[in-house]
Amino acid sequence: MAEFRLPANSRVQPGREYKAPAGATRVRTFRIYRYDPTTGENPRIDSYELDLDRCGPMVLDALIKVKNEIDPTLTFRRSCREGICGSCAMNIDGVNTLACTQATGDIRGDVRIYPLPHMPVVKDLIPDLTNFYAQYASIKPWLQTRSPAPPDSERLQSKAEQEKINSPSACILCACCSTACPSYWWNSDRYLGPAVLLAAYRWLVDSRDEATGERLDELEDPFRLYRCHTIMNCTYTCPKGLNPARAIAEIKKMIAARQL
Amino acid sequence: MSLQTPLGRALGLGSAKSGFSHWWGQRLSAAALVILGLWFAASLIGIGGADHATVAAWIAATPHAILLILLVATLLYHSCLGVTVVIEDYVHDARALVLMLVLVRFAHAALAVAGILSIVKLSLGAQA
Repeated sequence: MAEFRLPANSRVQPGREYKAPAGATRVRTFRIYRYDPTTGENPRIDSYELDLDRCGPMVLDALIKVKNEIDPTLTFRRSCREGICGSCAMNIDGVNTLACTQATGDIRGDVRIYPLPHMPVVKDLIPDLTNFYAQYASIKPWLQTRSPAPPDSERLQSKAEQEKINSPSACILCACCSTACPSYWWNSDRYLGPAVLLAAYRWLVDSRDEATGERLDELEDPFRLYRCHTIMNCTYTCPKGLNPARAIAEIKKMIAARQL
Repeated sequence: MSLQTPLGRALGLGSAKSGFSHWWGQRLSAAALVILGLWFAASLIGIGGADHATVAAWIAATPHAILLILLVATLLYHSCLGVTVVIEDYVHDARALVLMLVLVRFAHAALAVAGILSIVKLSLGAQA
């Protein structure tokens, strides 16, 4: 059966508290999930009081300040710090989002930071995304054609055709949507999840691609595609404002269109 | 521990290449249930508080019997599809999964036959 409680060695314990320095003017508490597999200890929540007048505006700025000035063992992924690489996806204030584009000022009360939900945790805020990336690879996210490329030009698209792939191409594969999806929590071994289905949709509606039928064959499966129950957490949580739920609905309509 | 590649695991047994008929059946039966459900709710309000003989005679009337049989069949078909999805979502032990899917189908088929037979008997004039 599905497990609704964390395993005993994953249950979160109270952690350490780091007080704000004397003379701090605008103090906010960051309550951060900590887990180190090498210690054999359970995960814990450490509290860090930061002076927002001496910290950048985004949650990622706070994490970097903690790592640089208070606790260098705090571990998280980050790279571009401008919402295009998708590395710093994490659960902030109960919602999956990018730490670099989430302003601390938009959060009320303590800032609670956890890794993306229902994934194996490598350390602290770093989830193991191996299966997520493998699922992405499984849908062959590249152009497949039978017509040879024109000898003297690129494969052309009309402006209208290009606009169909504009929005799904903007996905940065941060995994916020898939790890917000209860269907993905219970069945990520077989259900592809919203991010990968959005990527599949991006190739299904690419006018240059000639493998649409084969792609739909591969997706038409009670688990791979139809485990989506239109819960819509994916669209609610997407930090890029994309709509994976609609893409999944469109895939279902494409499969219907070739049957009816 | 498995040394299978992550991609091999993700590809698994491959696509079942089915799922559309379940999805379509669920939506079609849902649409039918909106119509049949509204009719049934309105009818219940209409005959609310009537005695046994009146209700039996109401069920026995041919148009009512037809709609009631459609309602019972559609409702149990829709329920069977829905309960199947819930079991597939939450039951991960392969043997328990198959056992429960079989039992759910048997139970829905038995309920459908029982419900339809009751309506047919009333409609054909048997005593309830």
